[in-house]
Amino acid sequence: MTSMALARALRHERHGRLDMLPYARLLDLRFEQDDDEVRLIMPFSIGLVGAPGRLHGGAIAGLLEIAGLAAVIAAQAGSLADAERIPRLRPVTVTADFMREGTPVDTIAAAEVTRLGRRIINVSSRAWQFDRGRPIAMANINFLADWPDAESG
Amino acid sequence: MSDLAAEQRQQRFIQRFLDGVPHLSAVGINYRSHGADWAELEMPFAEQQLADPDYGIIASGAIFTLMDNAAGFSVHMALGEFMPIATIDLRIDYLRGPAPRATVVGRATCYRLTRQIAFVRGIAHDGDPDRPIANMAGTFIIPPRAFVQSVGVAK
Repeated sequence: MTSMALARALRHERHGRLDMLPYARLLDLRFEQDDDEVRLIMPFSIGLVGAPGRLHGGAIAGLLEIAGLAAVIAAQAGSLADAERIPRLRPVTVTADFMREGTPVDTIAAAEVTRLGRRIINVSSRAWQFDRGRPIAMANINFLADWPDAESG
Repeated sequence: MSDLAAEQRQQRFIQRFLDGVPHLSAVGINYRSHGADWAELEMPFAEQQLADPDYGIIASGAIFTLMDNAAGFSVHMALGEFMPIATIDLRIDYLRGPAPRATVVGRATCYRLTRQIAFVRGIAHDGDPDRPIANMAGTFIIPPRAFVQSVGVAK
């Protein structure tokens, strides 16, 4: 299962690629992590361009969503008794604010889990280029966790 | 007769405009249809859109791109020209997953246009507009006309 492969990579590697997700491969995403957080890097490429000289907002939103997903997986790894039993995570709502244009350089994203519920997980994700304090976009993402032994309701 | 020819010219112009957006080609998003204040794009299934290949699940990010671009396109239709605009914010509710390997259609309407802000809403569906897979609402900023160098009139 792909989310399992993603979880395994995030658990065992300090940095790497996210090629197990075809959409992340399209964005050419890499990750790096330390004890504090997982950061995703989206290197600039022509295929990310929307209007001339600017990154497409959809590519930035895609990066924000996957940064959110990575942050949730990292947060769950610390709290799960059984590391092999992980839920399937689906975004239910994504609200993205675009503050600055994405210029043709690498973009970095990291997310903070504001509440790690069993079923609903609230995440704040941020993307920046030159200065973390000056984000180009941010997203609030609410994930639903589907557990393998999902009791209904 | 000439109306039809004008419409075909306009469609070709829009097709060329959209073909010139590299990220649309990369994801696999095409022109579908448009009207005075609305636009439709479609995303036939392709491998690079997948979040989970085991289940054939399309990445929500790909649907976000579809809706963001359909929304921007509907603003261009309402404006009557392809001036540069920028997304201020866009919210998407993912109502349910699309069917595996489905073509996803994104339809957006610019329901209010002020001098500076365009308001949009829309849905994504995988065949039946009455059973949407996503709901979208957003806003765009329109540059002051005095400074606009329009890249082309959609006429």
